Amino acid sequence: MKSLSEIETVSKRASRAAGYSWGICEEVGKNIRLLEMFGLPGIKNLNDYFDKKKKQKFENLKLINAENKYSKFQYCPIISGTSLLDQIKSLNNLNEIKFEGIAYPLLFLPFVSRASEIIGKRLLLKLDSNEFLLNFNNNIFSNFINDEIIIIANIVTIRLLENTDSFSEKEWNQLYKLSEETFVEESDSLKETAAGAGLTDND
Amino acid sequence: MEIELRNPNIIMKLSRLGSFHQSKLSFLRSFLKEFKDWEYKRDLFELNESGYGTAVYSLKKDSRVYSLICFANELKENERSDRVIATKWDAAFTLYDGVPTKQDIERLRVEVPQQEIGRLSYKELTLSRANKSVRIFDHVVENLSKGKQPDIELLSKVGYLYRTTAVYGSGKFGLADRFRIKNRKEIYGPFRLEMMLVYFVRQFTFDQVNHIAKHKNPRKAVTLDLNISRNLGIGNSTGLGMAPFIVNHPILLNNWILARETALKNIRKIKFVETKDSDLFKTCLKKSIKNITSWNTNSEFQQKKIQSLFNDLNKFIQFIESDFYFSGEFPFNNIYLWIEENLGEECIEYIVSIMMEPYDDIVNPLINQMSAEEEKYFNIPTHRTVAELKQILEKNYSEMLKINFSKKENNQKFWFISKNKEEPRMSDRFKEKGSELEQPLAIARDVNKLYETLSRSKNSSTIDMFLANNDDLRHVVRRAFVAEKLPYSEIQDNIIGHSFIPIDMLRLKLSFFGVLKFDPRSDKWLRINMFQGAPLPDELKNHKDQWIYNSLN
Repeated sequence: MKSLSEIETVSKRASRAAGYSWGICEEVGKNIRLLEMFGLPGIKNLNDYFDKKKKQKFENLKLINAENKYSKFQYCPIISGTSLLDQIKSLNNLNEIKFEGIAYPLLFLPFVSRASEIIGKRLLLKLDSNEFLLNFNNNIFSNFINDEIIIIANIVTIRLLENTDSFSEKEWNQLYKLSEETFVEESDSLKETAAGAGLTDND
Repeated sequence: MEIELRNPNIIMKLSRLGSFHQSKLSFLRSFLKEFKDWEYKRDLFELNESGYGTAVYSLKKDSRVYSLICFANELKENERSDRVIATKWDAAFTLYDGVPTKQDIERLRVEVPQQEIGRLSYKELTLSRANKSVRIFDHVVENLSKGKQPDIELLSKVGYLYRTTAVYGSGKFGLADRFRIKNRKEIYGPFRLEMMLVYFVRQFTFDQVNHIAKHKNPRKAVTLDLNISRNLGIGNSTGLGMAPFIVNHPILLNNWILARETALKNIRKIKFVETKDSDLFKTCLKKSIKNITSWNTNSEFQQKKIQSLFNDLNKFIQFIESDFYFSGEFPFNNIYLWIEENLGEECIEYIVSIMMEPYDDIVNPLINQMSAEEEKYFNIPTHRTVAELKQILEKNYSEMLKINFSKKENNQKFWFISKNKEEPRMSDRFKEKGSELEQPLAIARDVNKLYETLSRSKNSSTIDMFLANNDDLRHVVRRAFVAEKLPYSEIQDNIIGHSFIPIDMLRLKLSFFGVLKFDPRSDKWLRINMFQGAPLPDELKNHKDQWIYNSLN
């Protein structure tokens, strides 16, 4: 079994050989480590993408908008992902960001996962029919359970989920009431000597 | 009294960093201190009469066990090489997390002797190999088998029976990733498990010579005297591979230097020094002279440094014995101001190290802060502005910004990864091929380029927009934001310049390891000795922290 450290180093070096700048390669190294740690096929997708990149052109998306549509070539997942990561704070007010045609979108995913941590919001990433709920870069819930290469996602959406409770007020109160059964009623004499005792509101 | 931390623009120059010496903060000393109350055992020792076979040693506390597995193999004379490109060694070692089963040992018997081309697993923590110093090893075996102790003078010239040529950890070749073990309290300090491996290897070398001598002459053989054993360490040949590490780990570098600087600052702030503490300082200082006078090297570069250290140290001892009183206020601050004024860098840093000796209460809490959570600093704060980044460069990289990279000599060298052994190497970009595959270690040059580009950009632009057009500078933008928070994270020098000496970088790292007697064999590699004078495993429980000054050699 390869260690995550080996995975990171080899991915970084391979990215350099594929023509990316060192700073971008550092991002790719971290990302592939992250994918493999989450049990997603990072090495497999990166390998295939770099192989494809030798024969095919991809577009570098430098400025992220609410809707992004490639002009001639599919988007490079690495440059698109880096731009998203860098610009996520200024995109924070949007409800949804849409992309058309990202190549090898699993390589885009770790950027989105890291973006979730930066803005402190869960992000729901849809790659066509595959869904990924990215929880602050701590874990990923997904219906994608295959160890496969995704060559392209025609429609990619990122929904920025507001920080809301997953339960109703009624459910909360029910649980809170149960938790109250661990409390002890204080006697009057204890109340009199508690913090602030002896002071008057006019002190 | 307010004492500032020392200025990174001075301390982080290579000439200063290359003058650092071991101290109480050093990893091999802090390792011994941490494992003082662990139970040591030799669990297995199955060697044949020639000393080939398997041995297992362990340290145990509560439910935690670390086991060193040693494989000693026969090596032909013409197969023995200390170079990193060697493929066979006298012995190979791995540190196992727990108690290895027979199946583990059999698996590792195949993999460990292969080193870089073998595959380890997450159960193994570190990996190493070592070669005999044949002349010394044979001399010791020969004498012990005749019932005599070896010639101490001969031993002192070398100082070890074996030397390692590499010690690997942190996920290399399938070893356990750091994240699996980083929360264990006993390994908070850096390189703890690498130190443990080397320490065990040292004991194996003693057990092996005793074993061979006994089999050679069962009736007459004696065991190696414990005093002699204690004064033998483990040698190591260290080359360029170690140098880029400190550039590639700026957060770790900062934490090491910051610990040292914080210790110095707090010692200078002590208003009144107790007599027992000033006595310990003076004792260590005087005892340490033996470590300088027995420092053997053929390197002219190092000989000059040793001579200047020796002269300065005598000057200093004369000063504290005739012109200085510890009874005044802030004596260590006064000492520091005097040494900065009167002594060279080598001796200043030597005395700084020794100042720490009396102060466990200052030094010990700093030891656990010398590891690094590098992930925390990885994301670039892209909402910051061009103007802010420019200010960071002006403040934290002022020395680098003075270097003129249009001059050929400032751009002479480049760092690359060698194809045959995947090791960092350095070459001349105007004479050798391959500079297009340069590693991103030319920080001074890239910081200059970043500064020029920022100067042409709009001050109010945010870094996300700057990076969208300048992704070739991304690696150095990341570093600059690290340096803003961690002032000792960058070497304030040009490591691709014509006059750059890699030995300074190696010495910096090795001083933190706790190494004595650096012996440069060229400007690109050196020999060192680890654990010379250290307590033996059976003596760990009651050992004194100042053992490093007790060497007989």
